[in-house]
Amino acid sequence: MDVSTLTIKEAGEKLQSGELTAVVYTQSCLDAIAAGDEDVNAFLSVSETALEEARAIDARRSAGESLGSLAGIPIALKDVILVRGWEVTSGSQILEGHKAAYDATVVSRLRAQGAILIGRTNMDEFAMGSSTQTSHYGVTRNPWDHTKVPGGTSGGSAAAVAAGFVPVALGSDTGGSVRQPASLCGVVGLKPTYGRVSRYGLMAVGSSLEQIGAITRTVEDAAIMLQAIEGQDPKDSTSAELTNTTVPSLIEKSVDGMTLGVPKEYFASGMDSRVATVVNEAIAELERAGAQIQEISMPHSKYALATFYIIQPAEASSNLGRFDGLRYGYHSGGENLHETYERTRGEGFGKEVKRRIMLGSYTLSAGYYDAYYRKALKVRTLIKRDFDVAFKSVDAIVCPTSPIVAWNIGEKLDDPLAMYLADIYTVTANLATVPGMSVPCGFVDGLPVGLQIMGKPFDEYTLFRIGATYQDRTQWHKQTPN
Amino acid sequence: MKLTREEVLKIAKLARLHLEEEDIAKYQEDLGSILSYVEKLQELNTDDVPEFQHAAGGVNVFREDVIENCDADVRRRAIDNFSEREGNLLKVQAVFENRTE
Repeated sequence: MDVSTLTIKEAGEKLQSGELTAVVYTQSCLDAIAAGDEDVNAFLSVSETALEEARAIDARRSAGESLGSLAGIPIALKDVILVRGWEVTSGSQILEGHKAAYDATVVSRLRAQGAILIGRTNMDEFAMGSSTQTSHYGVTRNPWDHTKVPGGTSGGSAAAVAAGFVPVALGSDTGGSVRQPASLCGVVGLKPTYGRVSRYGLMAVGSSLEQIGAITRTVEDAAIMLQAIEGQDPKDSTSAELTNTTVPSLIEKSVDGMTLGVPKEYFASGMDSRVATVVNEAIAELERAGAQIQEISMPHSKYALATFYIIQPAEASSNLGRFDGLRYGYHSGGENLHETYERTRGEGFGKEVKRRIMLGSYTLSAGYYDAYYRKALKVRTLIKRDFDVAFKSVDAIVCPTSPIVAWNIGEKLDDPLAMYLADIYTVTANLATVPGMSVPCGFVDGLPVGLQIMGKPFDEYTLFRIGATYQDRTQWHKQTPN
Repeated sequence: MKLTREEVLKIAKLARLHLEEEDIAKYQEDLGSILSYVEKLQELNTDDVPEFQHAAGGVNVFREDVIENCDADVRRRAIDNFSEREGNLLKVQAVFENRTE
């Protein structure tokens, strides 16, 4: 049985019926990684206890225990999510050798449901970037074309699913880092509403912006994953109480009665016109499926990137202050404590991370705080209001995930602003705290294009309905790189 | 816009980052161009706009003031990560330097 294209749903059925065992499934994934990951470099490490975990699941099932839909399902985790005993480094040299002391809440939940934790996936250092090229541990390549980037910062996770190594991988999304690599790799990527999934055990970078998200082959799988990891957590004070948010296991494949907003600002000049054509065709398909399409305006969209690149570096400069070479990771000693800090951090952090820490320190410093940081907080309110206004007349927003398809490895590295522009359509959802999901909708030059769907806070079900309807009528998500 | 060398070195000091001499000029340029880009926010009048404060809705979350002990295994693993230790204590260089007046 070729398990590399199984969805969580399909695999779950086969595991329940006994047609497939967890051990065979896990071994197949490990074999696929051993055979194919040298070309892709999606994984930084593979778990030594995965088969043992799989054996335990098979034993429980044989003993007649009734297990849930994730039991025996292999899952990869971005190198920014803590798994007790694993070396977890956030793609950085400064955490080389750091072994996580505890499980992230999402990991505890996955373990409790019998998921098999396969390994750690590569990422841009400290979740800053758009191409998975700044990791201290090497570049990840797009499975559709090894000369191209997979997107970032969850490039390893997206590549792992696109390459068929695992059916699902978790990533983190601070400014698009789950949705954009999903788009560039032709898979589904979901960023939940802020607060829906606990951030306990997610190494903090942009605390008011980020969420752990799922990368899968289908929208239905994304819904299964969300239900598995969501929920209020006393260990994360920013996690929300979820009421009336249960997603039915059978997602209604219909968009009847829905109005979808198309923001004209998301089709601005500067984007690849061929990407616009593919996305517009996807929107037309949704119209044929019965949705009403309405052009809307979100006038503050053009300020979103600037707002993000003040707030994120400011928060990151604060969050990364904990890396001092003393309590974990890389240590470079100086003559005194101050010098130890400067050497450890100067050597342990890569250039992009240092750039952002300095940017954040600058905009938060006396004399600049009002003009930059406070100003950005005010514009963030305006961006959020654009969404509030939009959702008075539409049920969801549809637009491109990325203005371009995957670009050549090595490009844009010297020009930070050129790299930042890759996030132009994804940062808005993080700023406004709304959920967003990318769904594969076609190709340009053989490289995947993603349709982005954004919804009201805690209304992921509407995103799932739209996405599942689209996948019921199209085959893009079934295509795999050869 | 380009930051001066002094500005970059001052920020680096605030952020406790040692910069290599050959990188400083590039940081001046990069930080300068990003700061120029974000200047566009000044186009907007935000006099009557409140700051976005609480991504989670601005509700205080409390718990009882009761000690919740650290799991012994977690503590051991955390201590194992220390760069230098004495027993279970983290050993660091002096925060305050000795002075004789």
